[in-house]
Amino acid sequence: MDGWIDFVLGRYNYWIAIVLMMTGLYIVYERGNLVKKVVGLNLFQTSVFIFYITIGKIAGGTAPIYIDGELEHGGSEGEAAGEGALHEAPADSANTLGDATPPDITDKIDNATQSLHGKITNDFPANDLKAGLESLKSPADASAGASLHTPPDVDAGKIANDALAAVEKPPALALDLTDTSLHGPDAAANAMGEAAHQVSEVIYTNPLPHVLILTAIVVGVATTAVGLALAVRIREAYGTIEEDELEALDHIAEFGEGPVAGAGTAS
Amino acid sequence: MNLAEQLPVLPVIIPLVAAPITLLLPQGRAPHLWATLISWLTFAVSIALVAMVSDAGVISYHLGDWAPPLGIEYRIDMANALVLALVSGIGAVVFAFAYRSVEREVDPRQSTFFYCAMLICLTGLMGVTITGDAFNIFVFLEISSLSTYALIAMGAKSDRRALTAAFNYLVMGTIGATFFVIGIGLLYQATGTLNLADLHDRLAGQSNRMVEAGFAFIVVGIGLKLAMFPLHLWLPNAYTYAPSAVSAFIAATATKVAVYVLIRFFYSVFGFDFAFVGHAFTYVLLPLGLAGMFIASLVALFQDDVKRMLAYSSVAQIGYMLLGLSFATVEGLTASLVHILNHALMKGALFMAVACVVFRTGSHSIQAFAGLAKRMPVTTWAFILSGLSLIGVPLTVGFISKWYLLTAAFAAGHGYAAFLIVASSLIAMVYIGRVAEMMLLREPPSEGPYAAAKEAPMSMLIPMWVLVAANIYFGVRTDLTGDLAVRAAEALMLVAGGAP
Repeated sequence: MDGWIDFVLGRYNYWIAIVLMMTGLYIVYERGNLVKKVVGLNLFQTSVFIFYITIGKIAGGTAPIYIDGELEHGGSEGEAAGEGALHEAPADSANTLGDATPPDITDKIDNATQSLHGKITNDFPANDLKAGLESLKSPADASAGASLHTPPDVDAGKIANDALAAVEKPPALALDLTDTSLHGPDAAANAMGEAAHQVSEVIYTNPLPHVLILTAIVVGVATTAVGLALAVRIREAYGTIEEDELEALDHIAEFGEGPVAGAGTAS
Repeated sequence: MNLAEQLPVLPVIIPLVAAPITLLLPQGRAPHLWATLISWLTFAVSIALVAMVSDAGVISYHLGDWAPPLGIEYRIDMANALVLALVSGIGAVVFAFAYRSVEREVDPRQSTFFYCAMLICLTGLMGVTITGDAFNIFVFLEISSLSTYALIAMGAKSDRRALTAAFNYLVMGTIGATFFVIGIGLLYQATGTLNLADLHDRLAGQSNRMVEAGFAFIVVGIGLKLAMFPLHLWLPNAYTYAPSAVSAFIAATATKVAVYVLIRFFYSVFGFDFAFVGHAFTYVLLPLGLAGMFIASLVALFQDDVKRMLAYSSVAQIGYMLLGLSFATVEGLTASLVHILNHALMKGALFMAVACVVFRTGSHSIQAFAGLAKRMPVTTWAFILSGLSLIGVPLTVGFISKWYLLTAAFAAGHGYAAFLIVASSLIAMVYIGRVAEMMLLREPPSEGPYAAAKEAPMSMLIPMWVLVAANIYFGVRTDLTGDLAVRAAEALMLVAGGAP
């Protein structure tokens, strides 16, 4: 019984998608009003968007702002537990790890920067990377900075800018840390933090489904637009958008006045 | 960066870029000439691609130079090179044909938009065919479908039912496309890739419920798009009330491209390692193909509207294609591919002949065809010759299709299927015969709305006869399409991996 409940609750995201999907399909099937049909169709499509987004989400994962190191085979596989770093990331883990000691953080940052450095040699389009590096450096102390080699082919101006932006971070971080210590660690946050800690690095949510869904949303909007435009044209031509009345009107047009009632006036 | 390297992307880019430019042109002749020019250019590029693939084998083009499987890949082998040539070839003929027909059947204020939407539709169909990326297929499928909805709705000038037909197609088509996306999502979840070739590699040996569900969603979704027999309800109205040029174009291309996608997924993505493919062939495609062949042909028999009759006949012909590919042999797949090409030629020509009749009489009811042999002999003979091709008379392409299909049926040990194929061809003979009898043997009406019919203008007759000539030429020179299709089928079979 427990296993069954876990099965159901553990997959609540899929249930939401399925319920929405069925609601949408049912509206398309059941409603005679063309506009409602289009809305049902839209709901149906939206459920698929949710499905896609939810398969890309990893518990404790953070926004994929900088593409992680494992470009060749990671990313798409949900093992995006890469070693790279995103500038929110250290703040995030520090925050959730409540009582993590500073050395811990600097260790992590060391690892991260080293792996980042390895990547930089991989002719990577590296502006965001630099931003990441600089912001990594700033919240930590000098020991992290020492392990940070100067990246090659660096656009100096860009770095200066990024570094400047990053410098503004530390106060916020400090605030967060004190906040957490004041209020005591929250259980969920702790669990997430622990999960993040176990893989020892930052976890990214898989960005690809989001990108796909951006495209699918455009398609969905276009479909809705065309559907509604057709409904407008149908109303102009028939004077109604109720499906059974439309059928009755077509029936009259083809076979003459029959036993049909309630048809609106055609224009 | 020379042109030959960039050739694979051109069949999509050319019509895509040209479509919005159409809107800037002044009303009148210009949009039509522009669109025709573009369609010919696209056709030329496609022919060049067929030649390239024929010489050099599979072409892989990396969009934006991002290497697959991460980047989007355009992958052209023999199978989709043939479909590319077919779609753009039909496009080239129909675009040339369309002007007078559109002038009559589409609101003149919409004619510029009409050619724009036709070009977008062409873009979508070419894109679906050429791409090697699963999500890309969805996007292009929707590009072509959305423009098709708009094109069908433009038939509202002659008959307002075009609007409801377009709406119903929109609802069914969107459900189909969304099912397809769900399937892609499940496969993505199982493999982490969207590249078709990479999907094939990673799916190898995987057969869990997620992949099976994904497979089912994809088959049903594409089944809706290609009007697989019980999912065909959108098709008859859409083909009947669309402007005639649109009917000719989509009847010859849209469903064929969907059949190609189905073949691609069955053979190149899942392959026979995946047990469900065999089950789907035996328990779904084979019976549904046979049922569609028969039931749709029988329904076609009782239609008094010639366009609707041809639409039901299309559903029946799709049954042949599904039948061929469900044999899971090189012969069967060849038959299916050959029939995709050949059916496009004959249905295109038939719908164009009907378009000529509609142009002169304003109706596609069978009554309008009475005695046309005397008034419109050139159109009449075009209709009859392509009708013979549909039935499968020797020296026409229809015969070649039936021949491949019968051989495949016997080779696969489905002798009864061969019998049913012949029987359903006889039904086709009856419904084509009904129209032919009307045209040849009835006296032309001396009064009434159809009395003033005379021969259609040259701008319509020439493209139509190009297609009719193709019907006969490829019926005699069987080596051209046949050999290429055999090569395509062998390549597909190799990836799919032996018998199921």
